Amino acid sequence: MQVHWSPLGLSEEIKVSENHHSHDHDHTEPPTDLVLRVQALESLLIEKGLVEPESIDALIDTYETKVGPRNGAKVVARAWCDSAFKKWLLTDATAAIASMDYAGRQGEHMKVLENTPTTHNLVVCTLCSCYPWPVMGLPPVWYKSAPYRARAVASPRDVLKEFGTELADEVEIHVWDSTSEVRYLVLPERPHDTEGWNEADLTELVTRNSMIGVEKAKSPKDIGRGI
Amino acid sequence: MNGAHDLGGMHGLGPINPEPEAEEPVFHTDWEKRVFGFTLAAGFLGKWNIDMSRHSRERQHPVDYLRHTYYENWLAGLEKLLVETGLISQEELATGKPAGPAEASTRKCVPKAEDVAEIIARGNPVAMAIDTPPRFKTGDKVRACNRHPAGHTRQPLYVRGRIGMICEHHGAHIFPDRNAAGSKEGRHLYSVGFKAETLWGENADDRSVVYVDLWEDYLEPL
Repeated sequence: MQVHWSPLGLSEEIKVSENHHSHDHDHTEPPTDLVLRVQALESLLIEKGLVEPESIDALIDTYETKVGPRNGAKVVARAWCDSAFKKWLLTDATAAIASMDYAGRQGEHMKVLENTPTTHNLVVCTLCSCYPWPVMGLPPVWYKSAPYRARAVASPRDVLKEFGTELADEVEIHVWDSTSEVRYLVLPERPHDTEGWNEADLTELVTRNSMIGVEKAKSPKDIGRGI
Repeated sequence: MNGAHDLGGMHGLGPINPEPEAEEPVFHTDWEKRVFGFTLAAGFLGKWNIDMSRHSRERQHPVDYLRHTYYENWLAGLEKLLVETGLISQEELATGKPAGPAEASTRKCVPKAEDVAEIIARGNPVAMAIDTPPRFKTGDKVRACNRHPAGHTRQPLYVRGRIGMICEHHGAHIFPDRNAAGSKEGRHLYSVGFKAETLWGENADDRSVVYVDLWEDYLEPL
């Protein structure tokens, strides 16, 4: 098996490697030291009886295919449609989210932050990579990166601009540094021109980035339903 | 500890360069998947807690912490924890060859694949009931202590010595500084709001507030 690696984890080489046979790469190239180190440790853990290989596969499969930001999108869309649920979500997010069967690891203590025309919320973890897994899955590379962790607390307006998000000067930015086991989810503003939309359609407007707070939710136009 | 992981406010790290959301895979390589999977699986043995895990990554040389990719830091932390808890020896790690199977008492704790979903669903709640009443209430002005513990802490450097306001009491949660040393103790936890100019002076973004979750030991009354 050929595995590519680069310091950024994002090189062209990696993208190419996802289509294994669409290029002229030399497949006899040996794996890198890092790949060998990972393989050696995994074998050691299994041979010593410390982990079950099927458990490793189950964990990967859970976060690669089952748990992800579509869960959070459903929570947001429901809050947009159901004012009683929204109130519950803003006062006891853990219970409200658990009622939709999203609970557990890295979401044991949830808090939802409501964006309004005058307040915009942004979530970061300056000390590591804390992120609400049950509703969002695993965090993107940029969320865990040093530049985001360094700048989100000190220069949030510049950070938002880097994501193409321009806020009016009078909008207050509230940055939430996830230093405890409380996990934060942003409730973006419901986009205009979505009156009468059902929950399922509204979830299409809710992006992962809008629930971290670096972007706003999509507009109907963004998904080809503009008027 | 004042390590390279404590990044809030650091300059010179360059642009964020986010990968477009629709194009970003959950894992970028197979080795990342494996590190993610076996780090969680090894954690199920219960030999360490989340604060010990964080501290194992933070204790790397600052140059290594910043140079490594995310899952390389996980790998380095896991290797350290496995050796420190005696689950594998330094020699086994160096050679990749097991000197023998793990102790029977440890192997009895290894979860099966069919248990994984339940373990994830259960999670690890950290709220605790404690007898001590909270020292602060919502609206109180507080100063974040100027403390620099050599061990693990969740009080970021950028708030130390700064004045903020108690915005919410989360109840008592496990105190990370002691948890990383193996002692599970509850302390009151608060959401503390700091005005940007308090933290960043004349470089502050206008009209921004930073909320940081801080345990009572990190705070002093004004």
